Amino acid sequence: MKNNILIIGGGPAGLEASAQLQRMGYNVILIERSAKLGGHLAKWDRLFPDRVPADEVLGGLLRAAEGVKCFTDTDIRAINRLEKSYNVRLTNGITVLSDAVLVASGFDLFNAVRKEEYGYGIYNQVMINADLEAYFKTGDDKRIENPKKIGFVHCVGSRDEKSGCRSCSKVCCATAVKQAIEIKQAFPQADVFCFYMDLRLFGRHYEDLYLEAQKEYGVRFIRGRVAEVSENYDGTLLVKAEDTVASKPLKVTLDLLVLMSGMRPSASVKELGEHLGMMVEEDGYFSVRSGISAGQRSPQPGIFLAGAATGPKTLPETLADARAAAMEIDRYLTEIFPDARNYKQLVKERW
Amino acid sequence: MIYEGKQKIWSEYQKEIPDDHYFYVRSCIRQSFFPASEATFLDITRNVLGKDIFETEHHTTCGGIAYHSDTIPQETVMTIIARQFALMAKHGYENYVCSCITSFGLYCETMETWREYPELEAKIRENLWKSCKLEFAKPKFLVHASDLIYKYRNLIAAQAVRKLVNVHTGEPLKVVEHIGCHYSKMFPSKGVGGAEYPYVLVGMIEAWGGEIVDYPERRHCCGFGFRQYFIKGNRGYSLSNTHKKFESMEPFKPDLIITNCPGCPYFLDRWQYVIAESTGKTYGQDGHGIPALTYEEVAGLVMGYDPWDLGLQTHQVGVEPLLDKMGVEYDPAKKYLGKDGKDLGSPQPCACLK
Amino acid sequence: MVDFGFGLVPSSRINLDLFDKEKYDELAAMEPDVRICMACGSCTAVCTAGKFVPTSLREAIEAIKNANSEKALQMLESCQLCGKCSMVCPRGINTRHLILSITKVYSQK
Repeated sequence: MKNNILIIGGGPAGLEASAQLQRMGYNVILIERSAKLGGHLAKWDRLFPDRVPADEVLGGLLRAAEGVKCFTDTDIRAINRLEKSYNVRLTNGITVLSDAVLVASGFDLFNAVRKEEYGYGIYNQVMINADLEAYFKTGDDKRIENPKKIGFVHCVGSRDEKSGCRSCSKVCCATAVKQAIEIKQAFPQADVFCFYMDLRLFGRHYEDLYLEAQKEYGVRFIRGRVAEVSENYDGTLLVKAEDTVASKPLKVTLDLLVLMSGMRPSASVKELGEHLGMMVEEDGYFSVRSGISAGQRSPQPGIFLAGAATGPKTLPETLADARAAAMEIDRYLTEIFPDARNYKQLVKERW
Repeated sequence: MIYEGKQKIWSEYQKEIPDDHYFYVRSCIRQSFFPASEATFLDITRNVLGKDIFETEHHTTCGGIAYHSDTIPQETVMTIIARQFALMAKHGYENYVCSCITSFGLYCETMETWREYPELEAKIRENLWKSCKLEFAKPKFLVHASDLIYKYRNLIAAQAVRKLVNVHTGEPLKVVEHIGCHYSKMFPSKGVGGAEYPYVLVGMIEAWGGEIVDYPERRHCCGFGFRQYFIKGNRGYSLSNTHKKFESMEPFKPDLIITNCPGCPYFLDRWQYVIAESTGKTYGQDGHGIPALTYEEVAGLVMGYDPWDLGLQTHQVGVEPLLDKMGVEYDPAKKYLGKDGKDLGSPQPCACLK
Repeated sequence: MVDFGFGLVPSSRINLDLFDKEKYDELAAMEPDVRICMACGSCTAVCTAGKFVPTSLREAIEAIKNANSEKALQMLESCQLCGKCSMVCPRGINTRHLILSITKVYSQK
């Protein structure tokens, strides 16, 4: 008899896990609360470091997940934990008796309006990373009209006590370098500046991306956090940062400023956590059974996690996480779950 | 500029300001710098708007100048403040309004420190009892006088005889607003509109028909602050800060600067004189400067008070161009006459600043 | 003009709007690797002259980028062209050639 597996979240993690689990023979039900599958991936133009088109990757994920029962515009109404399974009532009226639940709720982008000193939403020429990706996709944004001097601000809403997130969002430095190259390609005469505190370019090919940005495109990297943005009489932006390497404050007039908004736990975490009785850590992401050896298992038997629901991740890490979660679910459903008599003991020993 | 963005932020930093029954404390130096400001505040709130603003002659300085100049320790200044609160309680008030921005910052700092360290509050209670046998109660609401004028701005607008409009062109006056540092930079939640985009003066300007100027160095300190300028050798530093602000606001061609701190309008006014006389540069039209007024003076102008009763003759930068723009009737001959028409003498004209 | 006994203090802030792009492009045409310096400081750490007199290629590159070419030339004045910086640069920049290029381009009026 095929087990039912409920996957919450139709982003890359949910799609990849559902494709794997379906291939293994399980009956997967995927729910996505927005109208479209793909999560944030559907909004990006090209992916770092090699600038692969995002829609190619998304297309691959969707094709692999064909045949999976997907319900968009659907959320959880109520969940009851039975002896081993979960009785889930969905908002579309359907009830699922699920033997395992995979939470792939993903992340939200930090709302950069809250960084008042950067003036996002107040000064016309300030935009965020997602806005720029949308521009690269559609070619249409009235803020971008032959800019001559462009700035990128790293760590917006990340590594920042005042905006409620101490930690790094992992992907923004590589994104900033990628976008700096792309905007230089679009406007070859422009001067591009990246204002960073640290450059976190840890992955394969990331250092090459950095070198390319510097050598081929003349992007200037300034070590110092932008602290104040104001608007001049002509609508250009006056940006203040410190060049910490020179130990002096600096100012520069820019035509466009792009804020690298960081990752935050998805807003759905609170409700999901309540429905499923799941613990959340101080940083707002879900707790896992063990950060090193059991990152896809929640502390509760039968509930699994994948993707940015457990912290900032790059896309390849998310996909790997999703495949690992599929494997964990398979192990659980073949070794622990079927043994009704020893279930409690097995969970104690092996969960 | 996307105005709605600012409105969203303003809506997040709302401050509760009670409508009536305040205990008022004056500033040490405002009455010397801007003679009629506090009197105008009391006249408008008490006589025109009929509010209960109580003042006792037994109140003192808050001790801010000494504290910020490192001449008295924090405990002393807290005991002084406790005595002020004791007077407030004695006269049966729970709303406290102060005239000086530095005071306001100091009161907020004291209340916050007491909240975090109750043992310090207990110690101050003891100090106060030992020194003058008084017991104090913390005010329920602590506001600055500009918060109160902000609260009444629509009432003032309703009774105003003129607006912040250039009567010759019909255009609203371009007004630069400058907030004292101690108002919201330390405790953004205690200021109307927060620290990045304070709304307390913007609200007044909007209610009275003016147009706000947002310029790059809007948030920059004017350079006041006691330690920096008490000694002549340091004064250049204060001067340079104000100069930076003026250089930044120049392209916007403001008609008026409105401030809510004792020191800021003083510096924004007097340093224009120093800059003009030492470098020849002026920031207004035709060699005039940009008048820097307190919010009470602006409220008074809008309500139809005589400019010389508002103390505008003591401003270094001549306010006549502004008065002419606003269509205020004034008698130039009475400018330097005292009470009962006594001739007080007039200052020497400046070389560069008109 | 009146002398008040105090005056305006000059600003020591870096103004990137004053950056000389043309001169920098001239330098980069001569030595493209000026662009890939990551300000790690290895060159300065081993500099022979730097132990006695302020000498630093890293600082010179930074000064050029911050519109202060006089400082850049100052920081390279005492360079002995010994080549220790070339030995350690992790980005593989030909630092001796870069030093000579900077002094050539920025000494011109």
